[in-house]
Amino acid sequence: MSVSSTIQPETPAEVAASLRDSAYLADDSTALIAFLAQRLGKPVLVEGPAGVGKTELAKALARATDRELVRLQCYEGLDEAKALYEWNYRKQLLRIQATASVRAESDGAADSVEMGEIFTEEFLLERPLMRAIASPEPVVLLIDEIDKTDQEFEAMLLELLSDFQITIPEMGRIGATTHPIVLLTSNNSRELTEALKRRCLYLWLDYPTAEREVEIIRLHAPEIDEKLAARLVEVVAMVRELDLKKPPSIAEAIDWARTLILMGADDIDAEVFRQSLSIIIKHRTDLDLVVERISPRLGRADAGQKDAGSGKKRDEAVSKT
Amino acid sequence: MIHQVLAFCEELRGEGVAIGTSEIQDAFQALEIVPWTSPVDFKEALATTVAKSPKDREVFDLVFERFFFRATESAAIEREAGDGSGQASRLSEANREALDTEALAEAIRDAIEAGDESAMNELARLAIEAFGRQGESSGVVGVDLQRIRRGLGLTGTGPESAAEQAAEGRLPVDRDQLARFERQLRRELQRRQIERQGQLPPSRPLSELNRALPMRGAQDHAAVHKAVAQMKRRLATIGHDPRGAKRTGTVDVRRTMRASLETGGVPLNLSYKPRRPRKPEIYVLCDVSTSVSSAATFFLSVVHALHDSFRKLRSFVFIERISEVTKIFEDERDFSAISEKITSTGGVADVSGYTDYGRVWREFLEDVSADLGPRSTVIVLGDARTNGRPAAEDAFARVTARANRTFWLNPEPELYWNYGDSVMNAYIPYCDGAFECWKTEHLETFVDVIAGRPRLDGQRARVPASGHRY
Repeated sequence: MSVSSTIQPETPAEVAASLRDSAYLADDSTALIAFLAQRLGKPVLVEGPAGVGKTELAKALARATDRELVRLQCYEGLDEAKALYEWNYRKQLLRIQATASVRAESDGAADSVEMGEIFTEEFLLERPLMRAIASPEPVVLLIDEIDKTDQEFEAMLLELLSDFQITIPEMGRIGATTHPIVLLTSNNSRELTEALKRRCLYLWLDYPTAEREVEIIRLHAPEIDEKLAARLVEVVAMVRELDLKKPPSIAEAIDWARTLILMGADDIDAEVFRQSLSIIIKHRTDLDLVVERISPRLGRADAGQKDAGSGKKRDEAVSKT
Repeated sequence: MIHQVLAFCEELRGEGVAIGTSEIQDAFQALEIVPWTSPVDFKEALATTVAKSPKDREVFDLVFERFFFRATESAAIEREAGDGSGQASRLSEANREALDTEALAEAIRDAIEAGDESAMNELARLAIEAFGRQGESSGVVGVDLQRIRRGLGLTGTGPESAAEQAAEGRLPVDRDQLARFERQLRRELQRRQIERQGQLPPSRPLSELNRALPMRGAQDHAAVHKAVAQMKRRLATIGHDPRGAKRTGTVDVRRTMRASLETGGVPLNLSYKPRRPRKPEIYVLCDVSTSVSSAATFFLSVVHALHDSFRKLRSFVFIERISEVTKIFEDERDFSAISEKITSTGGVADVSGYTDYGRVWREFLEDVSADLGPRSTVIVLGDARTNGRPAAEDAFARVTARANRTFWLNPEPELYWNYGDSVMNAYIPYCDGAFECWKTEHLETFVDVIAGRPRLDGQRARVPASGHRY
């Protein structure tokens, strides 16, 4: 395969370090798989709950390797015309007519246009997958939320993922000039086909451990006090334990951290929590559940410092909302 | 080592993890560039190439532990030798000679509090040794675990035990930390058992892991939702001709134009827009009477999940009469609120609280069946126990005749069908399929069967039965 090799990392630790420089804290397995993906040139299937930084990983990889990020957002009904390539038939039609009239004028014979003339790259509309393959510079290709597409689309991806090539009936095979790093993300909303999985390395991303999440938050919101960050992570972990429709993601935890900085809060008590709750909870029913379950726990923590009356008042306020 | 890895993959296959040859090749490729000597990298590299779902990963971890336990063992020893200054080895030096239960308990408490994993590991080993020396090893991991725990006086932080411990001048131990220590202890015990018996623990039960009955509502929602999500795809496509069978429909101008280029701009071949599968209309009838009370929660969670997936879904609950609850499900997203509302305001029980299937069918036929059509799929969730009342299968037959497909999910094992007041056989002839359904697993079977690929090992659907059996 004619793949122009770029600088490849030597150890997983190297990858972890470069990801860290790109503001992404990878744990051991993530770093290792990112390393394997670059060295083996295999696509990586990243699965995990929403909001654990699957897409972010791809962006960070692009930054770390200094490549362009080509992103294909999947949705139901996505087909190859939108993902791979399409013939620019308007342009082709114009070409046919233009050539026909020119030739008619010049020698009087209205020859039809040769097939080869209109099925060339000039008339090809590149879509993300095609672009990732044909790009002269190596890229990072992110196929986001692959589980949203149909199984037929998955099948279409197989050629691309295993051989990094695309077959266009009129033109033949187009191979990759450079080797892209491919990441597929899935929220696990449906079972992906075995064939697809077989071609990929598999990475399950879960919510990070408390220590790591504190680190992540401090990386993205450096102004935050360390103790407050730890407290925030603790509360977020409590919220995630509940049976919510949409548990708070890492990004939302970061947003919350920034909000707390703006609010000038130095501790998360029930009052602060209630005011800024909407940052991490986005569903009406979740809101009720969290207020019911978490607020009392926070209340107990500050009831010791403040007078007992404030806790009662808060409960009344909660029951009114 | 190559043989080891191959044997390991074979073992995984035995546990039901699908590993292809290409995946093994990937594994070796990965292992070529990852140092074999680093345990974490080795394991992760192997995991990422062969275990491709969270469930596979779980099995992988267990089998890995079991298979490479000698390797992990020696790694542990090495680590111990490596950090001579660590608390763990200091303790081991001090305690190995004179193992005093009290001191050990104290040390463990400290380690648990500090959350020091390696110290915990070491202490778990010491604890087992201490109790093993007293000749108390029973050979059963669970029993030993309990005994050691009790011997060390380790209790969780329940409200009263915390007070109790505080009274004794001890610090309460955090429950999560304690659980971690117990995990260490259990692992160590298992390891020893393997060593003693010289063989691996029985491997079969692994695949039975986490296959509990989803009777406790909220807990297993995720599993139900997943099965229903698959069901959605299947239901959306069944009952229609396979693609390509018929090519009529709207002309796809863009594709026709594009195709016409090959003929110099003259549209010789018309392209048609592919026919999208029609959205099915689903009618779910759910029995919520006392005879199925244990299964009702499960069924309601199935209906709840269905509401998430289908836009055109009408749901009904019935006991003596039938009542539509579509609105409740649409308004309310919280499952516990839904089940509460349904039981309080459903208005389905009349006098006795016993199911009256005959009346339910007649009411359904009267009120709803006019809406049934060739797109409709009717799913009945019930045990077909009529309490001696008439089954009214003729009414049911008319319902099923109007609908495209009818499925019956029975919360009782098939063995109990048609015993006592169950009249399942009266209804089966009119159904497109009847299934026992008391686990998420069964729901998956149902999905598989209606998708046209019946599982050979699992139970099969009761296709319209030939004879009645009372």
